[in-house]
Amino acid sequence: MTKTSARRRVYLDYSATTPVAPEVVQAMQPYLTDLFGNAASLHEFGREAAAALDEAHIVTGCALGARASEIVFTGCGTEADNLALRGAAFAARQHGRGDHIISAPTEHHAVTSTLEQLQQLFGFEVTFLPVDGCGRVDPDDVKRALRRNTILVSIMMANNEIGTLEPIAEIGHMCRERGVIFHTDAVQCPAYLPIDVEALQVDLMALSSHKFYGPKGVGILYIREGTPFVPTLTGGGHERGRRAGTVNVAGAVGTAVALEYVAQQRETQAPRLQRLRDRLIEGVLAAVPDARVSGHPHNRLPHHASFVFKGVDGETLLMALDVEGIAVSTGSACTSGNPEPSPVLLAMGIPSEWALGGLRISLGYHTSDEDLDYVLEKLPRCVAQVRRAMSEL
Amino acid sequence: MTVHLPPAGTRVVVAMSGGVDSSVAAALLVERGYDVIGIMLRLWAEPSQGQGKENSNRCCAPEAVADARAIARQLGIPFYDIHAESVFKQHVVDPWITAYGEAATPNPCFNCNRFIRFGFLMQRARALGAAYLATGHYARIDTVPAEPRSELPVRYRLLKGVDAKKDQSYVLHVLGQRDLARALFPCGEFTKEHVRDLARRFGLPVAERAESQDLCFLTQGDYRSFLVRQAPDVAVPGPILNTRGEVIGRHEGLPFYTVGQRRGLDIAPKSAHAEPLYVLRLDSARNALIVGRADELGTRRLTVRSMHYVSGKAPTAPVRCTAKVRYKAREASCVLTPLENGAAQVEFDEVQRDATPGQGLVAYDGDEVIGGGIIARTE
Repeated sequence: MTKTSARRRVYLDYSATTPVAPEVVQAMQPYLTDLFGNAASLHEFGREAAAALDEAHIVTGCALGARASEIVFTGCGTEADNLALRGAAFAARQHGRGDHIISAPTEHHAVTSTLEQLQQLFGFEVTFLPVDGCGRVDPDDVKRALRRNTILVSIMMANNEIGTLEPIAEIGHMCRERGVIFHTDAVQCPAYLPIDVEALQVDLMALSSHKFYGPKGVGILYIREGTPFVPTLTGGGHERGRRAGTVNVAGAVGTAVALEYVAQQRETQAPRLQRLRDRLIEGVLAAVPDARVSGHPHNRLPHHASFVFKGVDGETLLMALDVEGIAVSTGSACTSGNPEPSPVLLAMGIPSEWALGGLRISLGYHTSDEDLDYVLEKLPRCVAQVRRAMSEL
Repeated sequence: MTVHLPPAGTRVVVAMSGGVDSSVAAALLVERGYDVIGIMLRLWAEPSQGQGKENSNRCCAPEAVADARAIARQLGIPFYDIHAESVFKQHVVDPWITAYGEAATPNPCFNCNRFIRFGFLMQRARALGAAYLATGHYARIDTVPAEPRSELPVRYRLLKGVDAKKDQSYVLHVLGQRDLARALFPCGEFTKEHVRDLARRFGLPVAERAESQDLCFLTQGDYRSFLVRQAPDVAVPGPILNTRGEVIGRHEGLPFYTVGQRRGLDIAPKSAHAEPLYVLRLDSARNALIVGRADELGTRRLTVRSMHYVSGKAPTAPVRCTAKVRYKAREASCVLTPLENGAAQVEFDEVQRDATPGQGLVAYDGDEVIGGGIIARTE
């Protein structure tokens, strides 16, 4: 009775998650079985795990231009953002340095929700800067918003929903000069862009392993040496007292290998994906009436295409595409589901009759021209079908 | 007459609840070779006051979503749970609260079927390319040749389900020709017992969640406490009057009472009222509750507003038919006379005790639903 018709399936949601690379799986395997020790244990089993964890810190640090001691493994990217923001805010509070934080409304919920809590429950003051029509923060706005009591600036490296790259290095430089801590959520980037913490001038940075062909359940928090930091996951002295809790050794090993893997793949993949992305964008704009690219047309993640369609509810379009075997996303972490315009799109000044229709198509290492052929065949029909249904009743 | 069966391969969205009826409906559709997609709507429920209890609508509690998802997986069909909280609140809960403020006893299921299932959900189904929306309702649809010079070659009829005890045609009377042309009720052809047997045969869970008389969006207590919390303005205390106009007690607010109610009336225990007293009317103009003896209760003649005829056309002359004044009321013989402005007058052969403003009156010609409306006045 089960339906078994062979249906074409095309995965184009690499910004949501990626498959684990085979070499990553292979590297993790021993630490799930034979080498299962707790890295905090004194005995030989523990030492085996600790050695692997040390190595993972070194490799990860190298891949990011950081020292091994500046790397903290966490449970996910969201946790890394949470620890970074609360850690910096509470440290500033402890030393009486001030209570003003600068960020943007286009940040991931891992950042905005944490900042809202710091505001509501802990008395910090948060300035959310405006963004331009492409979702970009103007470094001059950051400069103008900086005050004597500003302790922290948090601006993402690339936007998950609209793909726009933010002028991180400029903002980082400005913060460094003023002695203000700078945090960036770079979760969307490592598989497609090189990351060097010195070039970016960041003090805190969050990454997530499963976005770059590593395993789920591992995040990375970079904490620049000397950055005031109060741990908010408290307990044992793991990760140099900055994140208590038994470390996921296999995950850390896999993450380090994944970073090496993407560093090697990036050079050929980034230009290839950019070409595919541009082909997709051109194809969609040519075939779908009342369609626009959301985010910056060029200065965006090379694998990331995002659109808005007038009068189309993005969630419904997503389902219509899924029925055709195409896996994409609206791009926002929003789960309320009631057809409400995306806050990111609204912040960019996109009118609400367009902002319901956000669609993110994110390509990956396994995406082919044939995949895009299929999308370019189905997407225009699905948009037309949704529009027809919406105007019927 | 012809039963309505689209060809195999047709795309059908089935509204799933995780319960036995909609699961069997989905399984039957898969078995008949349709391209089936399961959808569950997340509906609004009152936010819970305390900690630890999720404010989930009973129709779509987290366990129900998990059940429906597991069944969809077992059947090999795509499954989506769609948030519809805001449209449900707007089209079902808010008008229901408003009706209480107008001294009526409303039935929210009509608006839910009209605006949510066969509005919002039908729209989503069409957007997914589905030609039909199926539900687990116990009702049937067939077609008969249309009258000459009709727009469509056939007329769709909404019929009672085969199982008289489970028949749900009452709450579906709001559907029109276009809705019926796009609807499938696979369970309507069977008795509940047979549906349970089918569930066993399909290897589906047959256990039923405890049925409750309360509305799906109440999370704590009954509708009275809900109104106190959510719409305190609609309940204003006032006098209880007997049919001679004498004040014999105080009521706590008209929405807390319904016609025919006997319990919970705060009436001074006098010998004169030794006989049990019942709510006869809610008089919103005077904010008074009118009570009387059992033999004063009930009416033969009703005025119904917002009449909807399934055929799309009001009868041109009075119709001898049967009608129900509540979902669980007994069908009774009557004459329905269409009036101006979508109203109708219904004259029953016998007194109807439970006829209550705000409830639905649904008229039948045998098994066929003629249509229905909202009881406006009882005389």
